[in-house]
Amino acid sequence: MSIGHTLLGLLESGPRHGYDLKRAFDERFGHDRPLHYGQVYSTMSRLLKNGLVEVDGIEAGGGPERKRYAITDAGITDVAQWLAQPEKPEPYLQSTLYTKVVLALLTGRNAADLLDTQRAEHLRLMRELTQRKRGGDLADQLICDHALFHLEADLRWLELTAARLDQLGKAVRA
Amino acid sequence: MTPAGSLLVASALRKSYGPTPALDGADFSIHPAEVVAVMGPSGSGKSTLLHCLAGIVQPDSGTVRYDGRELSSLPDRERSALRRGEFGFVFQFGQLVPELTCLENVALPLRLSGTGRKAAEARAAEWLERLEVDTVRAKRPGEVSGGQGQRVAVARSLVTRPRVLFADEPTGALDSLNGERVMQLLTDAARDTRAAVVLVTHEARVAAYSDREVVVRDGKARDMAGAA
Repeated sequence: MSIGHTLLGLLESGPRHGYDLKRAFDERFGHDRPLHYGQVYSTMSRLLKNGLVEVDGIEAGGGPERKRYAITDAGITDVAQWLAQPEKPEPYLQSTLYTKVVLALLTGRNAADLLDTQRAEHLRLMRELTQRKRGGDLADQLICDHALFHLEADLRWLELTAARLDQLGKAVRA
Repeated sequence: MTPAGSLLVASALRKSYGPTPALDGADFSIHPAEVVAVMGPSGSGKSTLLHCLAGIVQPDSGTVRYDGRELSSLPDRERSALRRGEFGFVFQFGQLVPELTCLENVALPLRLSGTGRKAAEARAAEWLERLEVDTVRAKRPGEVSGGQGQRVAVARSLVTRPRVLFADEPTGALDSLNGERVMQLLTDAARDTRAAVVLVTHEARVAAYSDREVVVRDGKARDMAGAA
């Protein structure tokens, strides 16, 4: 999952301090893997260098951790591009996809479109594998089937999430 | 995909059963020899779309054009002739006549169109062989397995060389292995005969046998070719 894009997305609702960003990330996406402070500050300095965020204010007497960051126009464009770009279908994508869906809902973007785009990308790869299976020997067939079953599981998750978008939208905005 | 060169085109279809719209402005098109999967959650309107496309159900509004002719403007008799001669159908189950042998079942559509028994059964036997079920030709549907019965049904749907094959959850009652084999045989046979296939399914692995997919949601159809 792209921590940089996730932190950028969280900044879209307004400027935040680094520690505040870490708390927001952990609360929504950290689950069993909270961010280290070091990760937050190294990510923010990279985003700053690339012009995707700017320093909105520094609290008096503070070190780097007292900086308040704001997203720039380039940052907003970067988040939009990341959300619109489907992920390469592979097993265990759920955490990235979940993050994208929640950020889309939080920032008022079209989460249903995001899910549809990903769905089409998954089915495109499933078609390729099905085609390969038709021309292959038993070993090819078994290897392709393994990938197909995993992709199918992801696709079911995408469909279920699409069916629950209204509910999820209310929950994340509450 | 644009409807140019399409064999079957539906525009702005609406159909309600009581107060609930099953289709609410659905569009669809398919080219000759193309396999299009129609997907969507239960109750989204995918079977209603198939029924309207096949002229089984009349939409409340909107048009279905097949090979340049509008289905709703055809007299019932012509529409029935079209369904018998140019369209083929495969459903989930329950489509074979239990009293007839598998061979007679496959020959039936040809017999109904006036082909003599001998010629009809010879062609039926070829199709049974192609679908790898020639060993069950003398058996009745109740005496064969689900997978065999479904292959017999596919043979029957293709024996008239239809230009459009409508398949509604054709593997819904089969296990994975049988379902896969039926899909391989069905799509191979359809491609060889250049039949267009409208494939209604809720299974992604079945849809992966298609050339593209359309998702029906809330009575509207979205062509996913433009989504990725």
